Amino acid sequence: MLTIFAAAILIPSSIVILGSFKSDVEIYTKPLALPKHWNLNNFRTLIATGNVWTPFKNSVFVAVFSVLITILLASMVAFAIARSITITGKVLFAMFSIGLAIPGQVNIIPIFTLFTKLHLNNSLYGLILVNIALTLPISVFIISAFFKDLPKELFEVASIDGANHWRVYRSIAMPLARPAVGATSIFLFVICWNDLLYPLMLINELNKKTLPLTLIDFRGEFATSYSMLFTAIMVASIPMVVMYLLFQRSFVAGLTAGAVKG
Amino acid sequence: MAFPAIAIYSFLYLYPALSNLLYSTQRWDGVTKPKFVGLTNFVHLLTNDDLFRKVLGNNIRFTLIVVVLQTCLGLLFATFLTKNTKTTIFLRTVYFFPTILSSVSVGLIWTFLYDPNYGFINATLKAIGLDKFALNWLGDSKYSLYAVAFTQIWFHTGQMVVIYVAGLQQIPAELYEAAEVDGATRWQQFKNVTWPMALPTTAVVVAYTTIQTFRAFDLIYAMTQGGPLNSSDLLVTMVYNTAFVGYKFGYAATQTIFLVILVMLVTWLQRRVLKTNDGTKR
Repeated sequence: MLTIFAAAILIPSSIVILGSFKSDVEIYTKPLALPKHWNLNNFRTLIATGNVWTPFKNSVFVAVFSVLITILLASMVAFAIARSITITGKVLFAMFSIGLAIPGQVNIIPIFTLFTKLHLNNSLYGLILVNIALTLPISVFIISAFFKDLPKELFEVASIDGANHWRVYRSIAMPLARPAVGATSIFLFVICWNDLLYPLMLINELNKKTLPLTLIDFRGEFATSYSMLFTAIMVASIPMVVMYLLFQRSFVAGLTAGAVKG
Repeated sequence: MAFPAIAIYSFLYLYPALSNLLYSTQRWDGVTKPKFVGLTNFVHLLTNDDLFRKVLGNNIRFTLIVVVLQTCLGLLFATFLTKNTKTTIFLRTVYFFPTILSSVSVGLIWTFLYDPNYGFINATLKAIGLDKFALNWLGDSKYSLYAVAFTQIWFHTGQMVVIYVAGLQQIPAELYEAAEVDGATRWQQFKNVTWPMALPTTAVVVAYTTIQTFRAFDLIYAMTQGGPLNSSDLLVTMVYNTAFVGYKFGYAATQTIFLVILVMLVTWLQRRVLKTNDGTKR
């Protein structure tokens, strides 16, 4: 039983990986065999004509900045919440928890109209803003849970010595939070990199598209050229796969922490 | 200190969510001026809209199938993978792998696999003589929903396996030893030790999977766009189509509100059911 599932995962994956090195005919007739000639033609054609580099850059830009800014903002809020003794902290926490209950997709229409008015559609910056707003709730949740688990003394010691909030945040809280922040960053990066709905809705201009959006276009353009499609998928997925193999533990922690804590 | 976060969040998340309420009372095509129509949209949605009912049915079936299968498979596989040996770690890595792919990639890969003429599945079936099972998986309105459900399960079960492994590893070994001493079979051990102790994890898995199914826009868009004949349409793809293909923004907002209420209702129900079980069994 276990092996069947493993096979179910490995077989399609190999088809895609091997397929990106084959020609179309080979894919149809011998999907699982090693390619006759490992040709890089597909890759060459793709880079030359397929406009893959620009979407790649766009995806990197959006994902990196979305994650960076979200983590920065979320940790600030989480710190404020964890250290607060007044009711403000609880109110803040409740506010962000609402975001957990409401799936982000419900906002597609209002955001669309809002951004159109502000001329933020077709803007990568707009996309970054949306990503930040969408991922703040879960980030705040995870990071504040982490801060709450830390003993209070760690922070109080610094306050007694005269450090103000910012100092405590910068020198004590953030270094300690590295595991949680690391895992959350990966979690957020995967979400932003793979997102389709908001880019689909907000971006039409060819040179502003992100990778998933471009992949969808491939389906139309290369209707039956699966070799090109697989090559494109490979290019789109390789960053994730490499990161996964390198940072496996953080990856798994991040993608499951999002679930367990939420 | 918390201000920037609050500002962005309120402006881009809370405020739009609320303005859905406003839009839902209007009839608007996104270009001309909106027209206030009060509760007409709601009334129409609940009484006259056949498509809505069909899609609601689709969504419920989809969610049920995926939640049940994903949870059971996740737990099943996890029970064999709790020890940290080389094999189990390897298998866990393999199982988790699909989770990191983009849903678009997954959708496109499976569109190839499901292709009625060239796809791997049908080719294999034909090769071993099971021609009559080589169906038009995505193109036939009878099967498309189930085909997509299967892909969704393929996509996320690995994640659930990992969550379950973490949960199962926390069950103290003494409980199993005591059960063995008492002569319990493997099945009895599962029923009386594993299942009750894993209930909190099950609650998490079920809740997370449910949310995932309500969000499965990317996958459906990449594979079928809700067709053929809306057979694989989910609530979220319907909202998208109503707004951006049908240009009925006000009505789409109404559908959105319904979607939110439904999701919150389902989540609340699940919490109640699984929490009560957890309490009494202990």
